[in-house]
Amino acid sequence: MAQLILNHLSKDFGSGRPAVADVSLAVRKQGFLALLGPSGCGKTTVLRMIAGFDKPTDGSIEFGDRRLSDAARSLPPEKRNMAMVFQSYALWPHMTVAENVGYPLNVRGISGEAWRKRVAEALSLVKLEDFADRRPAALSGGQRQRVALARCLVTEPDVVLLDEPLANLDQHLRKSMEETFRAFHERSGATMIYVTHDQAEAMALATDVAVMSEGKLLQVAAPAEIYARPEGRVVGGLIGRGSILRLKLPDAAGRALDWLLLGAALGAGGQAGEGPLSDVLVRPEQVHRGTDGISMRVVSCIFEGERFAVTLSLPDGQQLKAYSSAALGEGATVPFIVSGGWRL
Amino acid sequence: MPNTDEIAHSRHGEPHAPAEGPDAEGRSGFKMLARPLRVLSKARRFKWLRLLLAGETADGAERDGEAVPAKLPKALTRTLRGFEPPAMPYATAGDLPKRKTRRRGAGRRFPFCLRGGPGGAEPAWLMLFVFCAVFLLSALPLIRLGWAGFGGLVEGEAARVLFEAATFAALRNTLVTAAGGMLISLMLGAFFAFAMALTDIRGRLALSFAFMLPMLIPPQVTALAWVEMSGPSSPLLKTLGLAPPLGSPQPLYSLSGIALLLGVQHAPLVFLAVKAGLAGAPRDGVEAARLSGASPWRVFRDIVMPLSFPGLIAGAAIAFVSGIGNFGIPAILGIPASIETLPTLIFSRLASFGASTFGEIAALSSLIAVVSAGGLLLQSQALAGRDYRLIGLSGANAAFALGRLRFAAEALLWAVLAVVLVAPLLALVASSLVPAYGVPLNFKTMSLHAYGEILFRQSVTLTALRNSLFLASAAAVGLLLVTVPAGYLLVRRRGALANLLAILIEIPYALPGIVLAVAFILTFAAPLPVIGRSLYGTIWIILFAYFSSFLAVSLKPVMSAFLQMDPSLEEAARLAGAGFLRRMRDVLLPLIAPAAGASVILVFLIAANELTVSALLWSAGTQTLGVAIFNLDDSGSSDLASALSVLVVLMVIALMAALEFIAKYLPGGVLPWRN
Ligand SMILES: Nc1ncnc2c1ncn2[C@@H]1O[C@H](COP(=O)(O)OP(=O)(O)O)[C@@H](O)[C@H]1O
Ligand SMILES: [Mg+2]
Repeated sequence: MAQLILNHLSKDFGSGRPAVADVSLAVRKQGFLALLGPSGCGKTTVLRMIAGFDKPTDGSIEFGDRRLSDAARSLPPEKRNMAMVFQSYALWPHMTVAENVGYPLNVRGISGEAWRKRVAEALSLVKLEDFADRRPAALSGGQRQRVALARCLVTEPDVVLLDEPLANLDQHLRKSMEETFRAFHERSGATMIYVTHDQAEAMALATDVAVMSEGKLLQVAAPAEIYARPEGRVVGGLIGRGSILRLKLPDAAGRALDWLLLGAALGAGGQAGEGPLSDVLVRPEQVHRGTDGISMRVVSCIFEGERFAVTLSLPDGQQLKAYSSAALGEGATVPFIVSGGWRL
Repeated sequence: MPNTDEIAHSRHGEPHAPAEGPDAEGRSGFKMLARPLRVLSKARRFKWLRLLLAGETADGAERDGEAVPAKLPKALTRTLRGFEPPAMPYATAGDLPKRKTRRRGAGRRFPFCLRGGPGGAEPAWLMLFVFCAVFLLSALPLIRLGWAGFGGLVEGEAARVLFEAATFAALRNTLVTAAGGMLISLMLGAFFAFAMALTDIRGRLALSFAFMLPMLIPPQVTALAWVEMSGPSSPLLKTLGLAPPLGSPQPLYSLSGIALLLGVQHAPLVFLAVKAGLAGAPRDGVEAARLSGASPWRVFRDIVMPLSFPGLIAGAAIAFVSGIGNFGIPAILGIPASIETLPTLIFSRLASFGASTFGEIAALSSLIAVVSAGGLLLQSQALAGRDYRLIGLSGANAAFALGRLRFAAEALLWAVLAVVLVAPLLALVASSLVPAYGVPLNFKTMSLHAYGEILFRQSVTLTALRNSLFLASAAAVGLLLVTVPAGYLLVRRRGALANLLAILIEIPYALPGIVLAVAFILTFAAPLPVIGRSLYGTIWIILFAYFSSFLAVSLKPVMSAFLQMDPSLEEAARLAGAGFLRRMRDVLLPLIAPAAGASVILVFLIAANELTVSALLWSAGTQTLGVAIFNLDDSGSSDLASALSVLVVLMVIALMAALEFIAKYLPGGVLPWRN
């Protein structure tokens, strides 16, 4: 199995701002890459270029030592041995579930017993054996989704592309579909690229997360890594629910900050620290109640089921998110400790 | 010409689609609604018409006014960037191979076969095929006509016809009848549209269906039916004992008679245009006005009327232009009273074939085209600055509850239908059942003799029936070969070439049929280059003219189907590995099949009843149904003409019913009598 490489990939639709600008990325072999970013940042465009529906205006896409696309030429999608789960599922309404799933086999000239066997296998993997003869119109959203997945499964594609596949499903179905995707990835060994704007989904599924914003690639890393050590304000703001504070910190302090440094910077009167201003990401789980902490005013306290989400106001007016197991009165002043932070 | 941007545009439909105005679906429909494709703005269409008519060479710059944002040449971008791979702030660039994309032309070294085509979505021959077909059917005859008209003007020979008294009279008659017809169409069509779109009357589908019928009944049949309904020898009036005394004149053989029937024939066009405009009227706008305290009448005057203005203007223009080009009604009503309009003048000039005939008819049909273009110009002037779309939630109709008036309104609508539709058709049936013109119908006189005559004994009508069935089915099915690929191309790729294609498809349809027929005569009168024989006088020239004339009719449903199809359905098939022909067969064709079926029925329906084009192009042995009805009436066999007309009307109703039957499988907007 070869490696998928995006090499300085750009796409300009002629609207002034390029939709994808100079994205370079090497997806690890048999990796599960989540492409994460706000709506309109160019994720779908990247995916469509990989599939071959759009041609890059600059840069190239390689699979192993084969070049798939560049500005001059592009291998047509039908020759790429890729598969895709579309956001709309793209099931052919005039074919039954089995026919939909088996169509890539038809195209490859497989028929008869072999066809039946492989279609049955694919359907059983998504637990849809009993629906083989139905038409897509007679299926629920989640079932359609699984048919689309089975259609990807049936031919052993090199790369599987998924464009926000869970966006149209309800919360409950999402969880079970995530399971199916994971099982599918383990089984197929294909390189998977999963587009989503939901960071929780990306974290839960992927071996690597790539964050995009306004057409640019900002960071690629494993989920835990990107959570702990995000690069820049955009990634920091996008991943997790942290708050970004502007604090004066000494240059020598490094990037991982502790209470000693933070406490000094937050200090009693606000801008107590010394050194240049820098952005610091503080995650809610790093903010605790503590009698020796800094007094903060509670701006709001919202019950979320398993806990309360608290918004705090620092003495200098900056806001900070925290969790609390007990309700706090709005307007009350409570001392908090910030046990850690990350300089962006 | 094709570039990546075009291909890319083909995906995100709406914002880039010049084709689809919010009212694109609703307003277009059958033949007479001269705009099946909204691909070009009215102004642009008119510009083209003018270009062609003036005989000037088409200038590419006129074709496409959109400015293209200037882009830096690739090489310059590279130099500006200094070939440095720009800093990649945080990506895992460590293991990236640092090679830069090769320039264009390096593709030859690719280890696999790449298609350099436009994204490879469709093979290059497809565009070539569609373009050649459309060019042959549309551009070539029109260029030939423009050239002949221009040549006639320059040499002055044929131009003299333009200054004859007969031409002036015909021009005046044409304008008077078309304008009068337009007024009647406006009143009838607007009344029905307002009642149907704004009020809570019952039985809308049946009313729409019935009101739509006159548009699909061929004009010569309408004229014949009205003649049979009125006048001293009307079998219907005689049967009822209401007939005026023998010798009193037939009131319809007059300018006002022609105008009245043009009005009835084209009222559905106004109806459709106004209804489509009202479908875009925002319900919340009306509700807000009522909450502000306006009475229903004030809401109608202050909100609904202004909103329906664009539809009224568009409908009026279409009715006017259709009236100018109409041949069947002035032929049946005008010729007995020696009233010539421009189309009948061309017809009689062609019948008295002389040396200068071609030049003359070219000049005359250019005159028709200029007058039609004038109508369209007026329309675009009147519509300028009146784009009221995109306010509030549209789609939902603003319903005025009529209360106790509802019954009265319904009765009035049906009464109007009874007068303009039912009574003439009854008269037609009555006169097909009596043995001779002027005999009252009763159980003693009633006979099916006329039907037996036309169906079993008259070889002329049998030949006409055969010809029309052949022409209509060949046109309907043959056109799919061009319109399915054309619809695909027009939806999937946008840009100058696709726009040009759309314009070329629409022009022959927007032109009056008589102009098109003349263009075909001029083009195909000379022997064909390879075969060495002329098509003129054979059935093939009629078929070609039908291909040209109904290209747009055939395209409309197919294109709607492609527009409404999720492009990812085809993309999924591509990723599954299916090449173009394969996914055409397995995925696209099954999905557009219902629309293609509707397209076949629509073209068949219109082509089987067609008169204008075939009246000019037929010769012995190639007469069509329309020509046969016209000739039978002309030679005094009104019973046979009526019987044949009754059969034609039955066929129209049966085909409309067939369409209604498959309606639920069709994309929206294909059947004009449905919402
Ligand atoms: N076919 C197209 N033509 C023009 N602009 C496009 C096209 N497709 C996408 N874009 C633009 O490119 C940008 C990125 O779009 P997309 O890749 O769909 O974003 P995402 O999938 O991240 O939401 C958007 O600004 C969008 O408007
Ligand atoms: Mg997207």
